[in-house]
Amino acid sequence: MEIDPLIFRLSIFILSIFVGYYVVWSVTPSLHTPLMSVTNAISSVIIVGAIIAGLSGNSDTIFNTSSIFGFLAIALAAINIFGGFLVTQRMLAMYKKKKKDKK
Amino acid sequence: MISANLSAIFYLVSGVLFILALRGLSSPETSRQGNLFGILGMVIAITVTFLSTGNFSTGFIFVIIFILAGGSIGAFIAYRIPMTAMPELVAGFHSLVGLAAVFVAISAFLNPEAFNLGTPGNIKLGSLIEMSIGAAVGAITFSGSVIAFLKLQGIMSGSPIVFKGQHPLNAIILISIIVLIYLLCSTQSSNLFWILLAVSFLIGFLLIIPIGGADMPVVISMLNSYSGWAAAGIGFTLENTALIITGALVGSSGAILSYIMCKGMNRSFFNVILGGFGATDETSGEKNKEQRPVKSGNADDAAFLMKNASSVIIVPGYGMAVAQAQHALREMVDTLKKNDIKVSYAIHPVAGRMPGHMNVLLAEANVPYDEVFELEEINNDFANADVAFVIGANDVTNPVAKTDPQSPIYGMPVLDVEKCKSVLFVKRSLSPGYAGIDNDLFYKENTLMLFADAKKMTEDITKNL
Repeated sequence: MEIDPLIFRLSIFILSIFVGYYVVWSVTPSLHTPLMSVTNAISSVIIVGAIIAGLSGNSDTIFNTSSIFGFLAIALAAINIFGGFLVTQRMLAMYKKKKKDKK
Repeated sequence: MISANLSAIFYLVSGVLFILALRGLSSPETSRQGNLFGILGMVIAITVTFLSTGNFSTGFIFVIIFILAGGSIGAFIAYRIPMTAMPELVAGFHSLVGLAAVFVAISAFLNPEAFNLGTPGNIKLGSLIEMSIGAAVGAITFSGSVIAFLKLQGIMSGSPIVFKGQHPLNAIILISIIVLIYLLCSTQSSNLFWILLAVSFLIGFLLIIPIGGADMPVVISMLNSYSGWAAAGIGFTLENTALIITGALVGSSGAILSYIMCKGMNRSFFNVILGGFGATDETSGEKNKEQRPVKSGNADDAAFLMKNASSVIIVPGYGMAVAQAQHALREMVDTLKKNDIKVSYAIHPVAGRMPGHMNVLLAEANVPYDEVFELEEINNDFANADVAFVIGANDVTNPVAKTDPQSPIYGMPVLDVEKCKSVLFVKRSLSPGYAGIDNDLFYKENTLMLFADAKKMTEDITKNL
């Protein structure tokens, strides 16, 4: 009997939770705010689903109810992707070490 | 158009890049590179999606337009937002992820053929379960984050909103969500789908209103976690590895942060979620308020004390962020350092309105991150320090947490500020902090209260140094 592909996805899911668990515990507490903004940005990979939804219309009707929701989701996810990565970049650029040349 | 297998491999690659993005955050040096990995992962995921649909017709142009429109709004916000407003921003972003998940689920429900999930009214059972869970969690994330945003932004009062029968009501709604998902899956009725969404929006709203302003670090982390689980739910529906991996990463990340925040307050997760903290305790705090003598001083006294110290530990809290005093504080520290005084910063896990909030503010004010220490790293140093400068923090320094088992904050890890030779406490008045209890530190022999606005006081001290 073949194994349902769902089981494979479930395996990936469970293992990723464990990876996430160990990776996040090793994040230094001083970077917890950038951690939140970057997880925000990457969870917007949901844009993948939004793009499929947006392109679901055919050449006659680009806009049907389903694809309109897709397009709206694309815009929302894009705000998050650009906003999330850029604000993280901006924050991380501020973390500096002590200047050595101070007396 | 590329094959499904090839695109699945690329999705896996972008999932791995996202793991590396989080891995990079283990130290500030590697973090910037990590962020680039994250961006690369996102670019790969989006490109592969375009290639796998193979649809470069007019619809494609609209997709690009919407990405650019959203992207420019996002970029604009990212450059304009002040660092003090990070908690609001993150809450706002969470609501967008939640809403996007809801929209994708709606789209998949209305047009399942586009996602190979069956036909309307006859969607594969597994997909329908995943879709409805993703939609429900997404909706809860959305409305919960909107409330969190309004509370943080000050549009809505930060004090908890409690009413009779709140918890039973929430429990009934949560059970009804499960029942609705079951009915939806057995009947495929679109009406039930809309009802499910409406009820999920409602519960997200009801879950967050009883939680007070200073519990926001837990709420934000929790909503962070929810947004991950919503993404994972949609990932299962779309059979997309990148989404499943990311959802799991974000979900566990948010859960860990909530755990750290709860531990920082010595409260259970359920205690925070059930809410109402601060609303009930405020009255008891005022009841046993007795007039006890405090020593208060001015900027001149503070400057004198610090000038004669050899080491100073600064304890910043949310009040510093409110007063926007971080830059003034750094100038004061610069002056101290010129006088060969050793200065370090002590940060409590729940200082501020989100995890790591104080660290970002100090970094923005050009404080080097290797002068900033976490509670466990620095707590033993207070006994050897000459001056502790408490600015905008309160409950996290209260020695009552160690001595009085009756106190609502008993057992919470606190900074041992009272062990310093002298304590300078910048505060506007003697009013109790968020927990609604008096801070014993105010009345200690070695404490000098500096009643003033944090920013103004810090500037005045600098002038007097």
